[in-house]
Amino acid sequence: MSTAEPAIELKGISKAFGPVQANKDISIRVMPGTIHGIIGENGAGKSTLMSILYGFYKADKGEIFISGKKTEIPDSQAAISAGIGMVFQHFKLVENFTVLENIILGAEDGWLLKPSLAKARKSLIDLAAEYELNVDPDALIEEIGVGMQQRVEILKALYRQADILILDEPTGVLTPSEADQLFRILGRLREEGKTIILITHKLREIMETTDTVSVMRRGEMTATVKTADTSPEELAELMVGRKVLLRVDKKPPQVGEVVLNVENLRVVDEQGVERLKSISLNVRAGEILGIAGVAGNGQSELLEVLGGYADGTGTVTLNGETIDLTGKHSDGKSRRARGIAHVPEDRQREGLIMDYTAWENTAFGYHHDPAYQSGILINNAAIRKDTEEKMERFDVRPPNPRLTAKNFSGGNQQKIVLAREIERNPDLLLIGQPTRGVDIGAIEFIHKQIVALRDQGKAILLVSVELEEILSLADRVAVMFDGNIMGERAVGDTDEKELGLLMAGVET
Amino acid sequence: MDFFTLIQVLDATVRLAIPLLLACLAGLFSERAGIFDIGLEGKMLAAAFFSAAIASMTGSVWIGLLAGIGASLFLSGIHGLASITFRGNQLISGVAINFLAAGMTVLIAQSWFSQGGRTPSLTGAARFNPINFPGALTTTNEVKAASPLMQVYSELLSGHSLLVYVALLLVPLSWWALYRTRFGLRLRAVGENPAAVDTAGVSVVGLRYAAVAICGILCGIAGAYLSTALQAGFVKDMSAGRGFIALAALIFAKWRPWHALYATFLFGLFQALELRPDVIESVIGIKIQSQFLGALPYIMTVVILAGFVGKAIPPRAGGEPYVKER
Repeated sequence: MSTAEPAIELKGISKAFGPVQANKDISIRVMPGTIHGIIGENGAGKSTLMSILYGFYKADKGEIFISGKKTEIPDSQAAISAGIGMVFQHFKLVENFTVLENIILGAEDGWLLKPSLAKARKSLIDLAAEYELNVDPDALIEEIGVGMQQRVEILKALYRQADILILDEPTGVLTPSEADQLFRILGRLREEGKTIILITHKLREIMETTDTVSVMRRGEMTATVKTADTSPEELAELMVGRKVLLRVDKKPPQVGEVVLNVENLRVVDEQGVERLKSISLNVRAGEILGIAGVAGNGQSELLEVLGGYADGTGTVTLNGETIDLTGKHSDGKSRRARGIAHVPEDRQREGLIMDYTAWENTAFGYHHDPAYQSGILINNAAIRKDTEEKMERFDVRPPNPRLTAKNFSGGNQQKIVLAREIERNPDLLLIGQPTRGVDIGAIEFIHKQIVALRDQGKAILLVSVELEEILSLADRVAVMFDGNIMGERAVGDTDEKELGLLMAGVET
Repeated sequence: MDFFTLIQVLDATVRLAIPLLLACLAGLFSERAGIFDIGLEGKMLAAAFFSAAIASMTGSVWIGLLAGIGASLFLSGIHGLASITFRGNQLISGVAINFLAAGMTVLIAQSWFSQGGRTPSLTGAARFNPINFPGALTTTNEVKAASPLMQVYSELLSGHSLLVYVALLLVPLSWWALYRTRFGLRLRAVGENPAAVDTAGVSVVGLRYAAVAICGILCGIAGAYLSTALQAGFVKDMSAGRGFIALAALIFAKWRPWHALYATFLFGLFQALELRPDVIESVIGIKIQSQFLGALPYIMTVVILAGFVGKAIPPRAGGEPYVKER
């Protein structure tokens, strides 16, 4: 295999968007029949590079060779005929079409649909047998789960006879077991001689699945190494450009009184579905309670009720005093007044207004603060100054309060929200998916802030679908499944395997 | 009400529903491809004027029809340019087209014919004349005296202009094109998720222009029907809100061809009844304001939109210009 031509070879690819150099003189060789990882922080230029390979952008400079042959890829059609298939991070499927219709779209055999559909149906059966990619060809996309939708995307590429498959952050939307399944499928594809390029920012996936890995940083390819010869620590350092602590350093907790006590909390949504069945838990001062679980098992509803924007029944007390779960004293404002701060799961929808500036976003929820007032008007200058100081303390880059929220990277957006909530000195911090879509350097910072808050004797309720994050941050962990708490463990007394079983709803 | 009156009302329903049907199918192709088009009204009006004007000048209704389609296509082109190429706001572009057509038709009509914004009355070969089926009775008195079956045959089925039959054939044809051909699959996909079409290597812009062009052709036929078949010549504002009723019908039909037929015929029936208040009074015993019947299509659309009769989900990418992103 080592004598074969590389399946893909890029030579000196450069691409600029205005003044931003997204790709700088990138060269890479991907051998056939291997899984090649490309890792880098958000904005390192991974997606741009792959978009060039798939004909979405045209490179300013550089050459592309497919199986040793120089190839021009001006559009997606050219990429498809060169045998390249791409599975985007956000699927490109028509929601109200069937699986079969999505597969033939753009690759029909003639101007009538019937023969194309029949042919695709037959070839789907063959592909399913060959790669263990089973899907119901007549199911509507909107009715199948994301894991299945991703299979459809892979099948789309295979149906177009792709030999090279590019997957962009494929596990971002998958549950751990779905991700495992995906990697089994990728292994199978490799056995059949397909070449796979896996783009991700998750070190673990790279270590577990790839043969070789290339690291990108700020538009440049900083290294290409054999996966077997490297370590997560080395890769993290190559990505960020400095040493990174992957594990959080923390002292044993100094646990105090119970701050938050929840008994028999129940939530029924608008459709009448019981989202939380009967949750009881408590969080004490100076500790982090981690809520683990596969997304959609009631964690979001738990945060929403405690944060004051969904109704529930049951008893919730904060420092011994009851909190209203319905009615006019159950909203974000009264929660904040009681000393509860909330960093919501979806920062772009619930944590920030993306079209507003950083300083406006910093004032939200706290805009009645006397320090922000000037007579009957809001004192914008005071807010901007306060924001600037917060941005400095939280290392938000760039530290410009007048920039709109959408112009910050995911990690910096999260820091803006975190600064707003933490600096109000809450008794209880609710925090959901603190590092979703955040790059490694920022993850380290955010984790340190959370631990620092704990060490100040605050109670923290942490919800995350990343088990690794829970295990490294939390002192105790409760696992949610189907609206219930399956079990609670001290972090020192458990492991991923036991928690994984609880997450799947298996009593241990 | 006797049987003959019923047949007469239904006959009027057919004649009045046809322009709605054509405009509705026009809107269907455009909106299914993700281009909202509230300029149906303006395109119909422009087509009505140009087909009548050219038919009157040349004496040939066929050349008139072509001119009407051409005028409508021209406006479609403007809409396409604004909303596809320049990614402008589709509603604003549509409104502009409506105003442009309302003003320009009268202006040009006055300048060409000096008849107060009308075209001369069309006669003979300058009009689409009724086609009488073999054996069909033609005079009202003869039909009235005939058997019920013969009444249906002579009054309801026979005696319409060619465009009526063409419009009715377009319903199964549109269904077939949308659901049984590659073009239809791609057209529907581009209105739902243009990114899926783009990554599959098919041109989003090309498909959308094709859809807008079909919309222009159908609106052109609808307009020509108004001035050369339903009426004999153009008068100011003769489209009379039909483009908007067609849009209402499109929502009512949930963007499906066969349902477009049912919806436009229902709305056509309201229009026919509007002209025959005596019929309603004799059936239900109370007098209903004709304005109420005129408003009924809109009221029903609001009811549909409020979700009382199932959910009307427009094409998901409708109204959104497509911008390529990674």
